[in-house]
Amino acid sequence: MLRRLAFASLTRRRARSLLAVMGVAVSGALLLDMVMLAGGMRDSFRKLLLVRGFQLRIAPKGTLPFDTQATIGQASEIIATLRTNPDIVAISPILGLKLRVPNRNVTTVAIGLDGDVQADYELLSGRPVGGTDRIVANQAFADATHSRLGDTLVVALGYDTPRRRLVIAGIGRFFYTAAGEAVVAVPLATLQATGGSATADRVSLFMARARDGVDPDVVRQWIEQRIPRISAISTGTALKQFDQRMGYFRQLAVILGSISLGVGFLLVTTLVTVSVNERVGEIAVMRAIGVSRQHVVEQIVLEGVALALAGTVLGMGLGLITARAFNAILSDFPGLPAAFQFFVFRPRDAYAAMSMLAAAGALAGIYPAWRAASLPVADTLHGEAIA
Amino acid sequence: MTIAIATPTPRPLLKSELLSARALVRDYPVGGEIVRAVRGIDLEVTAGEYVAIVGPSGCGKSTLLNLLGAIDRPTSGTVAIRALNVGAMTDTQATLFRLHNIGFVFQRFYLMPTLSARENVELPMAEAGVRSAERATRAHELLEYVGLADRERHRPTQLSGGEQQRVAIARALANRPALLLADEPTGELDAHTGAEIIGLFGRLNAKGTTIIVVTHDEELAAAAARVIHMRDGRIIADETRRRA
Repeated sequence: MLRRLAFASLTRRRARSLLAVMGVAVSGALLLDMVMLAGGMRDSFRKLLLVRGFQLRIAPKGTLPFDTQATIGQASEIIATLRTNPDIVAISPILGLKLRVPNRNVTTVAIGLDGDVQADYELLSGRPVGGTDRIVANQAFADATHSRLGDTLVVALGYDTPRRRLVIAGIGRFFYTAAGEAVVAVPLATLQATGGSATADRVSLFMARARDGVDPDVVRQWIEQRIPRISAISTGTALKQFDQRMGYFRQLAVILGSISLGVGFLLVTTLVTVSVNERVGEIAVMRAIGVSRQHVVEQIVLEGVALALAGTVLGMGLGLITARAFNAILSDFPGLPAAFQFFVFRPRDAYAAMSMLAAAGALAGIYPAWRAASLPVADTLHGEAIA
Repeated sequence: MTIAIATPTPRPLLKSELLSARALVRDYPVGGEIVRAVRGIDLEVTAGEYVAIVGPSGCGKSTLLNLLGAIDRPTSGTVAIRALNVGAMTDTQATLFRLHNIGFVFQRFYLMPTLSARENVELPMAEAGVRSAERATRAHELLEYVGLADRERHRPTQLSGGEQQRVAIARALANRPALLLADEPTGELDAHTGAEIIGLFGRLNAKGTTIIVVTHDEELAAAAARVIHMRDGRIIADETRRRA
């Protein structure tokens, strides 16, 4: 009966309740987005790092992967050293350069890699990188050069460097390049040779995969001890660095999330308080005929929770739609990998946002409920009679 | 399922005194001063009585009724119902006591506008923990008793003033109270509808329900066997008469 009364009280002023629910929905949507943002970027970054299971990145000393133009020399020597560690089961050397396609007037990112052990692209059609001239391009490159699978292109590093003929063997989706950025994967040796002596036996980065059950940080320490001229970064340390660099995003998300929670709380408190103030006579009569204070409190808190829950359910849908829109905008940021997501939906985020709003709704109902339960019955009835 | 009664019947009453008020005083602080609304009232009501309290506006009738109904506490003095000092009860105890022992009827009906007539009657029973099916049956019986069996699904806004007051009376009787208290129950009704309510009170009293009614309505007061006259917070006359 009290549940019935609570819901009936909400439907009594439908337009007002609907507006309040929409207000809570907007604040719920923002809260969900902020919760998704706070944890999503990190989650997305982690997934990106582990897309092919390589837990370690090895970059020139003191740098982060592709943070600078610096490269690591004597790459084959490093590979040989790494292979002495039985806990390292795969090594993927990568060289990043800019290549020109002179007769198409296009400059592209070229990633030199070992086609058999690569973690940079996913093949969509055709064949993988291999031989000396078989390359994989992304769709943006194919579009920019008006080329198709099987086409042969002439490329060069600079204006006065030797030219090479490469065949587009496959079309792929690259994990670490920005949306719309033209990129090709080239056999490592071919790319090193294209660069001449400046890139001979040099790489920008190694990716390494530790054996299952082995702590990547133990391997990382081993690598740094054995090869002092490089920096090894595990997924864990990369995430720590990510947290340091992107901490302000999380702080912003927490602040905005808290504000939206506060707004939702105030909305529900205001609406339920107004509703209680309109019904003091009814509440006094309920108390007079024997309805306990506890049940009055329960009814009013239930009203707050119902408003918050209705708003939350609506807000979850709205939050997902707005998160998708925000993601589309932010993913166009220059230099960000297209696969990187700012807003990642995780059920636990939705539960967290819903729980926080429901709790806020319950808390929001407490003040008006306390007011209602504290009404002096006789005085209120007397006041109502005079009114 | 068996329902205990078909028409509202009060609980077994004590033969002697049902209600006793002693040296009852109620003060209100108003604008820094103390206004004495009830000034040392002594009153006994026996089970089955029909009492009307009359007097000019502001003489303390409603305040006295609130004290007798345990919705207000006396500044001093005692109110005992069925030998229980209701003035000394905690709020929780008083609420529970009202739920099971006292039925209230107000001038403005005060039905829950979002509930149907039947749900309004069920409300005190739900609070008392009566099962849903039993509540529905008893609510129907009570509405039938007050002549509104065909209106039980109607909301208060769909009922006339007299009908609303009859629903309010059915609600007051829901938990078979020992005492029915009514504050100006015909105050918002026209003469014809008021007469229906007076008739209903008469029937209830004839069945044994103890009624105390505060009223300005001479016809309602005339229907009572005992009329208490108040002025300035005091009882100035207490007359018992034979009903016509």
